[in-house]
Amino acid sequence: MNTVTHHLPDWMIRAYVAGGLGRAFSLVVAAHVTLCDECRAQMEGEEASGGIVFEDQRPEAVAVDLKARVMASLDTVPASPAQPAQQGIYPGAVMAALKGRAPRWRTLGGGIRQAVLSHDAEGSARLLYIPGRVAVPDHGHKGLELTLVLQGSFADETGRFAVGDVEVAGAELEHQPIAEQGAPCICLAATDAPLRFSSFVPRLLQPIFRI
Amino acid sequence: MPVKPAPPGTSDAPMDAPSVQTLWLLAVRDHRDRAAFGQLFDFYAPRIKSMLMRGGMSAAAVEDIVQDAMIKVWQRAEQFDPTRAPASAWIYRIARNRQIEVLRRERRPLPDDLISGDEASDPDAADIIGLQQDANHLRAALHRLPQDQRIMIEQAFLGELTHSEIRDATGLALGTIKSRIRLALERLRHDLRTLR
Ligand SMILES: [Zn+2]
Repeated sequence: MNTVTHHLPDWMIRAYVAGGLGRAFSLVVAAHVTLCDECRAQMEGEEASGGIVFEDQRPEAVAVDLKARVMASLDTVPASPAQPAQQGIYPGAVMAALKGRAPRWRTLGGGIRQAVLSHDAEGSARLLYIPGRVAVPDHGHKGLELTLVLQGSFADETGRFAVGDVEVAGAELEHQPIAEQGAPCICLAATDAPLRFSSFVPRLLQPIFRI
Repeated sequence: MPVKPAPPGTSDAPMDAPSVQTLWLLAVRDHRDRAAFGQLFDFYAPRIKSMLMRGGMSAAAVEDIVQDAMIKVWQRAEQFDPTRAPASAWIYRIARNRQIEVLRRERRPLPDDLISGDEASDPDAADIIGLQQDANHLRAALHRLPQDQRIMIEQAFLGELTHSEIRDATGLALGTIKSRIRLALERLRHDLRTLR
């Protein structure tokens, strides 16, 4: 287990557990929890709370034949395939988003590459590949941005982030992450709104790069 | 495991026993006990339905999810670890996963499992009882909250709040349950390391 120092906020874990997080953020939460027992314990604690509320509800009668149908199909319904397993630096949830294949990197310039994993109205998730000592272009964002380090490390105005660490950046943060010397930094990044790069990629091109 | 079950879903359950639901789930896990599964169905299926009906789906669509979720309970029982989750929490998670899968038409991203191999040390009944005690404390704490806070927490976990509403609401203080789960995870990591 890595020594993770930057964790997910409790409310985000709670929102995941309650089913209220969009796809992109759910992916980061699942990937971070794979790498962080502290947040896994928080998640399972939130699930215990959820289980209590769930159990305390007033029951709603189900159709009279539902039980018989379930009992009859217990051993006949095939189990759905499990999520792909963790592979190398990529947690299983990321492997699932990659459809079990290696990332298909696209060059952004300056040695930086990205692989978009998902992109919808609720936000986007992508992998970023940043060579050592290269800066990710200065950018702000409209909403929240989560960045989880999978390999290498980066540092910005708010601190240093190594494998397993997650940075939670609000709209107010204009930050300039710089990959540290050594192995290229590979991150899983997710936003609930499109990124605005203040330089580097002309705004016009942003829809094409989907960033 | 010679422990007396607590009555289902009550806040005044004895503090020294796993819930009867957890015992049923263990009977399913360890003995593929269909009668115990029937008990789990009778208790949880109407609660899964109750939770999902809040989302505005039709009763028929909800019952399809109830059916799928209960079958998954049967299929995945071997993954149930009573030192980390009471039955209620584990089934709550399965129902949520299935609901999201149906609503979004895609798999929910899940943390990789941490499952002990067969060789791993058998959990102590005391750990299971400890977790149940923590869960009972959590339930008591929820019941002590002012009504508006309690309702908000219920709405959050039953899927009625957006993530920004959850961010702004206070959560339930987890108390000792988190550190107990943390210890169980450490033990599991240790067992997995010795296995390799
Ligand atoms: Zn963490």
